[in-house]
Amino acid sequence: MSRVGATRTAQVPSAAAPRRRQGFLRTYLTPKQAIPAQARLALAVGSFVFIVGVWSGLAALVQNPLFVPSPYQVVTTWWDMMVNLGFYNDVAWSAFRILAGFLLAAVMAVPLGLLMGSFEAVRSFFNPSINAIRYMPASAFIPLLLLLQGLGEDEKITIIWIGVFFQLVLIVMDIAHRVPAEMLNVAYTLGASRWTVFYKVFLPATFPEVVDALRITMGWAWTYLIVAELVAAEHGIGSFILIAERYLRADRIIAAIITIGILGLITDAVFAVAHRVAFPYVEKVHQ
Amino acid sequence: MSEIAIRDVAMRFATRHGEVRALERISVTVPDGQFACIVGPSGCGKSTLLMVAAGLVTPTEGEVLVNGKPTFEPGADRGMVFQSYSLYPWLSVRRNIEFGPEIKRVAVADRRKTSAELIHLMKLDGFADAYPKALSGGMKQRVAIARALASDPEVLLMDEPFGALDAQTRQIMQELLTDIWQRYRKTVVFVTHDIEEAIFLGDVIYVMTSRPGRIRTTLKVDIPRPRTFDTLTGQRFAQLRNQVVGIIHEESLKAVESELIGA
Repeated sequence: MSRVGATRTAQVPSAAAPRRRQGFLRTYLTPKQAIPAQARLALAVGSFVFIVGVWSGLAALVQNPLFVPSPYQVVTTWWDMMVNLGFYNDVAWSAFRILAGFLLAAVMAVPLGLLMGSFEAVRSFFNPSINAIRYMPASAFIPLLLLLQGLGEDEKITIIWIGVFFQLVLIVMDIAHRVPAEMLNVAYTLGASRWTVFYKVFLPATFPEVVDALRITMGWAWTYLIVAELVAAEHGIGSFILIAERYLRADRIIAAIITIGILGLITDAVFAVAHRVAFPYVEKVHQ
Repeated sequence: MSEIAIRDVAMRFATRHGEVRALERISVTVPDGQFACIVGPSGCGKSTLLMVAAGLVTPTEGEVLVNGKPTFEPGADRGMVFQSYSLYPWLSVRRNIEFGPEIKRVAVADRRKTSAELIHLMKLDGFADAYPKALSGGMKQRVAIARALASDPEVLLMDEPFGALDAQTRQIMQELLTDIWQRYRKTVVFVTHDIEEAIFLGDVIYVMTSRPGRIRTTLKVDIPRPRTFDTLTGQRFAQLRNQVVGIIHEESLKAVESELIGA
């Protein structure tokens, strides 16, 4: 078995001798060497077990449930939040704001980014200003927006929009810019008009990566929302966290943060499945 | 009749260091059904010349005529095959091949017939519904050639189409292309840096100079067809190869020298 071949797949021991030694160290400490599937799963589960273990240990060591609640305590608190404190309501508010702000940003950023990536005139006009605004932290706009828009929903949605739009535009622009010229040129030599090249070649060539970009920026949207809700909001996970802090309830804060993490994982999984279903033709670079 | 004529084409680019002359007064006429190969040292502008022929690049001077009529834009009369395959990854093999007929709004039944025939000819049977990601390099390039042929172009322009393939696959592809060409008798302009490939495939070979690119020599390949694997070991093949190798070597040296002067 050649060295190159060995790097891609886990080795199945064969009866034929002699062969390369396959000690533990050789399997697990060769760069880029694949490991058995069971080991991969075990390590993935192990990482969560490790975190919960360290956390439990810390809680047992500190013995102060007020500031360092145990994992078990957080789980029971989470159940209590859902049943007695109407936390699901806050989750729904936050999810609504995320969806509204994110959709608004995506609907505007994707077309503009595609135009900027394909037309130099559009790029020259928008790129410098968008690039500059991108470095202004979205959270710094919160006080200004509170002055201009007040405490309502439009202020939260605007924050998310600011946080997502300017980043997403530039990512989509790069994606559009990377579409190989030859892909378009082939279409011209097959008799396609510029418009046909645009919607039959250029657009489909960008779709998979655009969905990837949406998936990444969706994660950022959560950060901006929680910041906005922490500053001023009546409902939402962020405002729930702020109230929990006033009552010295670290367990509730942790439960709320973990909830955001789980929501993030769920949206990520939805994007991943949608990507696989919509673009079965995309070559996978890594597994 | 489908003839392509490149007439007095010159190509100059303005750069920060002054004007770069890429092509200088090139005239090439490829008559109906001829397989013309263009070889030259790297950087001599042979790919640029093909882009000009395709209408994808506007030359500084000169014009390109198809059947005597000047052309100013790319069109389905000049099909192109690139080294990088440039298949559409979101379309199946069949849909890739039918791309040209589809945008020309050919009836579904007719374009199915065309694609089925080409899939069989290109030895792609069983892969009609596969996506390009499932194909090897050689298969991808066979799809790209089939896609160009499906539009029934007057002229087939090929820019180092087998340059990315391994030597064994390249040989097979050359034989396949010869078969296809003998069947359809397309006018072909084939750019390559592989001298043996040019001799094996071409009726005529245009050898270009180093930059600024000009046609230095035109060689008729008088090896009878059909050419097979045995052609490669023949005496005439070796003579022609040595002749072209000599010229290209001389031009490559010139290119290196002018780079040194420029530096």
